[in-house]
Amino acid sequence: MKARVHVMLKDGVLDPQGAAVQHALGALGFDGVEGVRQGKVIELDLADGTTEAQVGDMCEKLLANTVIESYRIEVL
Amino acid sequence: MKAAVVQFPGSNCDRDMAVALEKSGADVSVVWHKDDALPAGIDLVAIPGGFSFGDYLRCGAIAANSPICRSVVAHAERGGYVLGVCNGFQVLTETGLLPGALLRNAGLKYICKTVGLKVETSNSGYTEGYNAGAEIGVPIAHHDGNYFADDDVIARLQGDDRVAFTYTDNPNGSRADIAGILSENRRVLGMMPHPERAFEEAHGNTDGQRLFAGLMGQLTSA
Repeated sequence: MKARVHVMLKDGVLDPQGAAVQHALGALGFDGVEGVRQGKVIELDLADGTTEAQVGDMCEKLLANTVIESYRIEVL
Repeated sequence: MKAAVVQFPGSNCDRDMAVALEKSGADVSVVWHKDDALPAGIDLVAIPGGFSFGDYLRCGAIAANSPICRSVVAHAERGGYVLGVCNGFQVLTETGLLPGALLRNAGLKYICKTVGLKVETSNSGYTEGYNAGAEIGVPIAHHDGNYFADDDVIARLQGDDRVAFTYTDNPNGSRADIAGILSENRRVLGMMPHPERAFEEAHGNTDGQRLFAGLMGQLTSA
């Protein structure tokens, strides 16, 4: 089983890297980019029988810092 | 006073911290991240600056889940003193001993310079040697020092007099100019600036010395 965890900064948390990417896209002439948020993707190779709840536990304890980040689990 | 300095792979201010504590009169031991217990009778645990575990995942996240950190959390929960500087502050927020988180600097640049700090409270073992409102100079050296917490947490920190230091000229985008905060029992301090680098004449500035002196006074009379 594989799972993919998407970790993003929560809305309302300033994302200076996203803002810098947005600025760079504008400088390259890409008009109309109204916002950029940068996150990360973590892929997990899991033993069969691992539950989504266990992946959720991994997110809460380590993979995301829920003070500033939200996460979404995608089971592949 | 017995102090332990925690060393992770990637810590780089561990020696400076140990020297500052020793020169202040503490009996210092250095503990490795794989140790699962602190030496007996420790009064203060210091978590130094650096780049523990290469800042992988998030600054301080992997260190916060190392075996020694379980003992550090237990020490704090027993009412022990814990000082986290720079990466140590990041580790303390990741363990949940202090609220909030440290984000990438708003300007995206690593900043290494001496900054002005205002001592917001003298009501703690760490800051009793300063007058509240005093301005001091202490170096910062970080890429992720932009303190973030939601409005409720910021209001609670301010209302409970738990903001220890603020920047006089915010270098990194920290909310409410916060440079250092205290735990509810005022015995855990996390701060991005490095008091151990403003400790002796050779550093060009000794404004950090009183933090260690205050701590010694607090912990030797206790």
